[in-house]
Parts: sequence; C-alpha cells; structure tokens
Amino acid sequence: MLEFNVNVCKNCPTSDCLVKCQYMDVDKDTAREQMVKIYNGEDSFVLHDCVTCYACEEYCRRGNHPFYLITERREEKDILTTPRAITNQWVNIGEPTGKDRLGDVKERVLSLGFMPELLQLVRGRLFEDVMPSYLFGNDFFCHVVFIHFAKPSVIRERLPLVIDKYRNLGVKEVICMHDECYGAFASLAPAYGIEVPFTPIHYYEYLYGRLQALSDDIKPLNITAAYQRPCSARLSADKQHYVRDIMELIGVDLVHREYEDENALCCGEVMGWLHGYDLKDDLQKRNIDDMVESGADYCFFNCNACQNALSEKVAKRGIKPVHMIDLCRMAIGEKTEMEV
Amino acid sequence: MSDIVRSLADIVGEKYVSDQKEEAFFYSRDPGLMPARKPDYVVLPKTAEEVQAIVRFANKEKIPVVPMGASLSLTGLAIPLRGGIVVDMKRMNRIISVNEKSRYAVVEGGTSQGALKSYLLKNYPRLRHSLPDAPPAATIAANVMIHGQGRLSQQHGFNSDMINGFEVILPSGEICPIGSGSMTSEWFTRGAPFPDLSGLFLGWCGSTGIITKVAVRLYPNKKMRDVEIFITDDEEIVPEVVYEITHTEMAEDVLIFTQPLPSVFKDNHHVSFYITGDTEEELEFKRKVIWRALDPFIKSNDGGFMSIPPGVKGSLMEMPQTSAARIADIKKGGGFEYSGPVVPVEWYPQCARKLVELAEKYDLAYSGMIRIIAGGHCMMYAFAFTFNRADADMVERTKKALEEVSDFALEIGGLYWKPNVDEQNMAIERMHPNTRDLMRMVKSNLDPNGIMNPGNWEVV
Repeated sequence: MLEFNVNVCKNCPTSDCLVKCQYMDVDKDTAREQMVKIYNGEDSFVLHDCVTCYACEEYCRRGNHPFYLITERREEKDILTTPRAITNQWVNIGEPTGKDRLGDVKERVLSLGFMPELLQLVRGRLFEDVMPSYLFGNDFFCHVVFIHFAKPSVIRERLPLVIDKYRNLGVKEVICMHDECYGAFASLAPAYGIEVPFTPIHYYEYLYGRLQALSDDIKPLNITAAYQRPCSARLSADKQHYVRDIMELIGVDLVHREYEDENALCCGEVMGWLHGYDLKDDLQKRNIDDMVESGADYCFFNCNACQNALSEKVAKRGIKPVHMIDLCRMAIGEKTEMEV
Repeated sequence: MSDIVRSLADIVGEKYVSDQKEEAFFYSRDPGLMPARKPDYVVLPKTAEEVQAIVRFANKEKIPVVPMGASLSLTGLAIPLRGGIVVDMKRMNRIISVNEKSRYAVVEGGTSQGALKSYLLKNYPRLRHSLPDAPPAATIAANVMIHGQGRLSQQHGFNSDMINGFEVILPSGEICPIGSGSMTSEWFTRGAPFPDLSGLFLGWCGSTGIITKVAVRLYPNKKMRDVEIFITDDEEIVPEVVYEITHTEMAEDVLIFTQPLPSVFKDNHHVSFYITGDTEEELEFKRKVIWRALDPFIKSNDGGFMSIPPGVKGSLMEMPQTSAARIADIKKGGGFEYSGPVVPVEWYPQCARKLVELAEKYDLAYSGMIRIIAGGHCMMYAFAFTFNRADADMVERTKKALEEVSDFALEIGGLYWKPNVDEQNMAIERMHPNTRDLMRMVKSNLDPNGIMNPGNWEVV
C-alpha cells in the first residue's frame, strides 16, 4: 500500500481528504474519526459510499494516501464497489494475451497502454521525434483502473508482468499517454516495491517540450476551452500545471469554471456503474452546465474514457469535444480527425 | 432442351429457366449444414400469373415445386428434398404501394428486406418495418413465412404478426388474397374481424402455397436511437431483468447475448436494449425509466450497465447487425449455424447452461443470441456454433451439438424456430393427435398431389 501514516491523519488540522469530498457530506471531526476507524480495520460508511473519484489523494496535502487505504480496506473486507459483472469484465479485458501491437520500438517509446483511440491520435509532427516507436496492447495495460474496483491485488499481481514486458524490450524512457499509466510507474510500482527499469514521462510534459520545439509553427488558436479533468489526473497532480502551460503556448483561453482543478467533476461513467442513473446524470448535467456557463467553445479531454462518456453530450450543448493532443495539432496547423 | 424445360421457358422465357449443372449446384444448398440436394429445374418468374402457370404445370406433371427467397434459412427449407422445380422469387421485387397514413406497404413476394428499407428511408423517412438481423438480400415474404423476428419483435411480435395479409398461389394454381385485400383494394387487416386464414400458410415453409404479394405493417421511424447494455454474471436473474425492462414499455428491441470471445464478453450475460425518440428529451426519458427500473440489481451488485466502446456501439447500432458474420469466422472457414428454439423467457438459465455444456462437450466456439418477442411472452434462444468448413471433424462435432440442442429443446417443451425437416418430424410426432390430424387435413386438402415443397411439414 502507498504509505498511510495514521498519526499524520490524527493531527491533521483540516481533514480535507473527506471534508472536501464532493460525494459525501462529512465534517472535520467525523472525517478524522472515520479515517482512523478505517486504518484500524473497522467498518466505516466511507468504505461503502466512496465513489472512487480518487480526489482525496489530492485533497490531502500532508503526503498521506487516504484513497489507497480505503481501497485496500475495501478489498480486505470484500466490499464491492461495482456490480460483480462489471468488475469481472474488466478483469477479463486486462488479462494478458500476448497479442501486442508494437511499432519500431526504441529506447524511447510511446506507451498507448490498451486504449485503441490513442492509435489515431499520436500522429504528425508532435510525435515525429519518437514515432514509430510505440507499444499498444493489453500486455501494456497498467491495471490502475482496478483501484476503481477495490482490487489492488490485481494491480500487484499483474503490474510486475507488465513491467517485465517493458524490461524485455530494453526501453529506457516511456512516454505514458494516460495519467493512470504514468501513475502506475511513477508511484504505484515503487510503493509496491516493484523496480521500474525505465523513466516514466507524463505525456503533458512531452507535449509541452515538443510545442516549445515547434514554437515557430504555432498559430494561436484564439478559442475558449474547458478542461475535463479525469479522475486519474489526481494520481499525478504535480503534472497538472502543464495543462495551463500548454494552453498558454497554443493560444487557448482556459475558461474559469466552478468545477476546475481540485474541484473538478468526474465524467460520470464510473458513477453509472456504481450508483445507476441519477448520480451519473446529476454529475454530467452539472459539469456540462458549468462548461456552458463558463462560455467554452471547446471541451478538451485528456482521457479517452472521459471523451467517450461526454463527447456526444457536450456536442449536443453546442461545445466541440476534442482531445488535448488534437488541440495541439490544430495549433501547429495540422488537420485533425474532427476537422477532416 | 427437354420438354419440361421448354414448357417452363414458355411461361417465364428461356433466359429464366435452367436445368444446367451450374444452377443445379447453386440451388442445391444453403449456407447451413443440411445435405445438398439438386433440383431438376430452376425458374425465375416475374409475375403472379407466371407463378400460377408454373404451379399448374407442376401439378399436372406431378413435379415438386419449391419456392425460394434468398435461401438463407440455414436449415434447408428451400433445398429441394425431392428434386423438382425451384421457384426463385427474386425477380418479383417490386414495391407496389405504400399507404403512409395506415402505415403499410405492399410488396411482391421476392422483395428483399434491404430494398424496402432503402425505399422507405428515401421516400417515407418516418416509417420503418421490422428488419430482421439477416443479410439485406433476405426476402420479406420468406421471412414472414418462417415466422422471422426483427427489430420490432419485442414490441409487436413475430414478423409474421406484423402483416396485413398477402396474396398466395395455392397448390392448384389459383390466386387467393388473404386479409382485407380479399374484399377491397386496401390491405389494412390480415384477418380480423373475419376468419383469419393466414395460418393456412404462415409457418408452413411454402408447403401449402407460394406468397406472391405481402402487405407489411409499417411503424414510426423515430429520429433518434440508442442502445444500452446491462450485464450480469448470474443467468438466474436474466428473466427478471427482462421482465423489468419490458414492464417499462420503453424499449424498442431487447436482445441478449452471451459468448466467451472477445474477452470483454467472457463470463457475462448481456441484455441489450434499444430506445428511440423524436427528441432528446423523449430518448433520455426512456433511458432514465429503464435505468431506474434496473436500479435494484445495481444496488445488490447483481448487474450493471457496461460502458460501450464506440466501436462496439457502431456495430450494435447497425440494422441489420453484421456481427454474426464476424462471429462466424472466429474459427476461420466461415461456418456458422444455430438452432433457435422459441421458449418462455424464464427458461433462459437452463438454455444458457446447456449452451456452455455443449460447447465444452464438443469443443466448439459458441454464442447465445436471444431476441425477446412480444413484450416477453417468449424468446428465440439461438444456440449458435461457429466452425471451419474445411475441418470435417469440427463440422461433425457441430452437427452433433445441434442435434443435441434439438433433443434438448423438445425435452424442455420448446418449439423449434424454422425447423429443419428432421426437427419438423420430431415436432409432428410430439404434437397432440388432434392437432396433427388437423394439419394433415389442411395439407391434403390444399395440396392433394403433395407437390409443394415436399418433405416439409408432411403429416403422415
């Protein structure tokens, strides 16, 4: 488990981990009391009501890891976060098959994990210094999604095998095209005592570097856009400044929203699995209303799952959905799928 | 040219009759596993009058006559079991009329599903018919004849329930309108309020007559359509899930599928339902009502809604769906066949278990494909197996598995859908003797010479 120090929690002046939670109404004293109960292996309503948004990992400013503690305890107590069928489905999807899709793999490589949509995105000059060195397939699936399902044991079991695949390919630098991948190699693996034989790089950082290198070609887009921050971005909060940095570089006015940064709302997809229609609908409505009210012309995504969940819905409200990579490509004058 | 070919050519023209081995080969089989049997002659009539003349001639010569749509039943229903003349209806493909206000279309007996679909889309975009998940070449009349099911079957029953009558050529060669068309020029009801004579022909697989014209009911074609998939790992609750969905009366089509490949579908039962609406509000209202109806299963962790990746959604939204064609090639070699008994929905669990048992016993790739009919009164449960046609052992194992499905279906009290001739005989044997006698009376009175698709529904 990523370390959780109960004394840090007991002395916490804010108990922000649960007090700031957008899905549970918890005061400071209750928050502290419940976290201590959870630490001690006792039952808590938090173990049943947490919607797995990951945000408490970011709300906690004291280096503790409340979400991982909750996740571990849920598994120990066999508390299901999603219906069995959904959990099993993901366990099956992620089962290694050996059916990989490899580019011309070099020491520096793009990892597309197991998101087929990314195959269409990593094109053009932004990626020319690394492509066609890429990896794709469920053997490269980082399995971090299983924290949604309170199944960290699956991560512990499978992540070493995934890392072995990278090791066998002799890669030295892996540009992770999804927050969860980056989180898997940058924080989970070290916390689980798994050696990572390469340097993980968050793709925001990579994009920022490439855009700087191509700065002469950038024509500011002069558009307003809202950012749909995914749950997985909470695992790499230190990289989120790149969103603003990149938008600044490409001339996108990142609209000020109620639900931004730490206060971001989930895309709602996982909430539908867990809690059915009403929570999912409420979240998505509030989120999209907020985008509309903020005056955004575009909604840009980092995570393909968020994009699948919200694209159609934002488009129906007059906002153009786009992946962040496509925004960057548009800024350097490249045709993207949405423009073709 | 033989005398018979000459006589047939006099009716349809030389170009549309053949006794050559190339045609005989082609018309001797369908894509399923039934043994081939060559016809002696193939004719392609253009008019009902030509069909009448062919049947009269065949009756005089005591030659079997086998009507054929696109020959896609997979169970050999258009294979000429005793040779004779195959009457290929494809040239009779006109869409005769559409009555928009009364919502029906009158089409000729060889009109394909695809032709009507595209005609309506172009000329009557607010109307649609119940399209089966068969290749677009499948004909409307043949599908009605075999009690096919389609995209509107959950709401309105078998495709044979969704007609306003037809015109049939009797085995004597007489032409006979069935339904309101027998008294007026309009086709607005099949039987009611008079005696419904359609049962003398529907389901008989052409063994009592040849349909030359059919009045197909049309239904509102909503502007928007979407699909959701509810999944569970427990086959026991599937009938309850279907019950709750159908109780809402909000779903258009309800299908269930279960298959081990690809891995995203392994170990679960997938209840997919379609919703439609003319506005976003209508569509979302229906979605909300059904999701809420299934809330208890989510709360108990017995099932939930899966995220549908864009690629999968595209495939699910196709009409007709082509996914069966992809499943058919899992083992390479393109073999695909199923037995689809019609059974009550509450028998889902035992059917699901039997499917897995047979697939394991015969080492076959499988898929269970189920369509809910008429609000849940029954379902068609297709036990589907895929095989490599070039692998004789696999073909044999598939045949054995399908034979076991037939036995199983009969044992539990199911009714075969589009039964092959062996299954027809098993059903006849099992029938109440008085029902059997009534069928014999119908057949012998309509077709005393036994020329119509002989071998099928022969009660002896």
